[in-house]
Amino acid sequence: MALTKEQMAQRMARELKDGYYVNLGIGIPTLVANYVPKDIEIMLQSENGLLGMGEFPSEDQVDADLINAGKQTVTTSTGASFFDSSTSFAMIRGGHVDLTILGAFEIDQKGNIASWMIPGKLVKGMGGAMDLVAGAENIIVAMTHANKHGESKILKECTLPLTGVNCVKKVVTDLAVMELVDGKFHLLERAPGVSVDEIKEKTQADLVINDNVIEIQI
Amino acid sequence: MAGLNKVVSNYEEALAGISDNMLLMVGGFGLCGIPEGLIQKVCDTGVKGLTCISNNAGVDGFGLGKLLEKRQIKTMIGSYVGENKLFEELFLSGEMEVILTPQGTLAEKIRATGAGIPAFYTATGYGTKIAEGKETKKFGDRFYVLEEAYPKADFSLVKAHIADTQGNLIFNKTANNFNQVIATAGKITVAEVEKIVPAGELDPDQIHVPGIYVNRVIQGKFEKRIEKRTVRSN
Repeated sequence: MALTKEQMAQRMARELKDGYYVNLGIGIPTLVANYVPKDIEIMLQSENGLLGMGEFPSEDQVDADLINAGKQTVTTSTGASFFDSSTSFAMIRGGHVDLTILGAFEIDQKGNIASWMIPGKLVKGMGGAMDLVAGAENIIVAMTHANKHGESKILKECTLPLTGVNCVKKVVTDLAVMELVDGKFHLLERAPGVSVDEIKEKTQADLVINDNVIEIQI
Repeated sequence: MAGLNKVVSNYEEALAGISDNMLLMVGGFGLCGIPEGLIQKVCDTGVKGLTCISNNAGVDGFGLGKLLEKRQIKTMIGSYVGENKLFEELFLSGEMEVILTPQGTLAEKIRATGAGIPAFYTATGYGTKIAEGKETKKFGDRFYVLEEAYPKADFSLVKAHIADTQGNLIFNKTANNFNQVIATAGKITVAEVEKIVPAGELDPDQIHVPGIYVNRVIQGKFEKRIEKRTVRSN
């Protein structure tokens, strides 16, 4: 069975390390915050000017002046700080954020990512995504492996306008966990009940099948 | 003698000198920290042909959405502009020009404007549409894109939590966002604030924007609309 969004978030949460500063994109990446292992301490960065994003507020804590980059009302966590947008992106551009997890339409074996624009459809803007992929030390992409027609979204070369080049290191999909090394995706883990053959079939990019592809534990 | 007292008593005075085809920078992130009363006043004056630099374009009927309704904006420069339907129409019909700019590049361009830096290199956008037609340069083993500062805005409109009468500003939480840099980049910077206190009352260590950047201060009234009210279930 393909992983659900929640299960993908659970798997991605294992990429978090003690002491990390992390930026989570909108969508599936946001769910990762629900599965931070109990034995580690991390801090979430929200690019609108908050380091130390906490959980959603209770009714009486709602504050119009305290939102995240998805424009949702939030709270602060212990040790939080506020700053302006240019400081926030200096933090990102300067490589201080340890890990960025974000969604994508397509990725390719050159490490390129396309996530902000589908020609012919309304373009709403890239927000902070281009800055994040250019600035983070480590980027993990969260996406479905194939589109609803079963066509691979993990390609030899992206077809959509790019968000950034040569930046993707790892991808967690609903079918697999793969790492990009020297221009090839290496299959590390597969979703329970999903065969290596199915993953091969749904991966257009060059794929290396490691000897022991383990089953993702949920 | 007004001296260093920047306080004006009404919106008329706050926006005195505004006219068609001006460049405006407007603070805020989504609807958080937007100068609501100043935007309303720009709307009421009916000036048109504006170029607006703002991270977002408001929502239907609120924030910069009001200026869209009256077709006052000719060019919109921001990073994420699609929270309203009218925007979509104006964009797709070509009635309004839209220049999408990565959020960090936008913030840095505005910061550079205020700091007298004509251009800077950034890795953001290298190899993408954003870099088309722009100079690139390799430093170390990476390529960077040359991004230019904006001209100074004819008016920078910002929202702050507290101002003193000399225009020193303090923001509240994430309502700072773009306001701090936009305050530095205006020929005329107008701050609409929740509270004005006498000069000398603010702790100099806590001031986000020194009064040198601010020309006019007005006591505002804010609805503070919330775009996505999310609460946890207990």
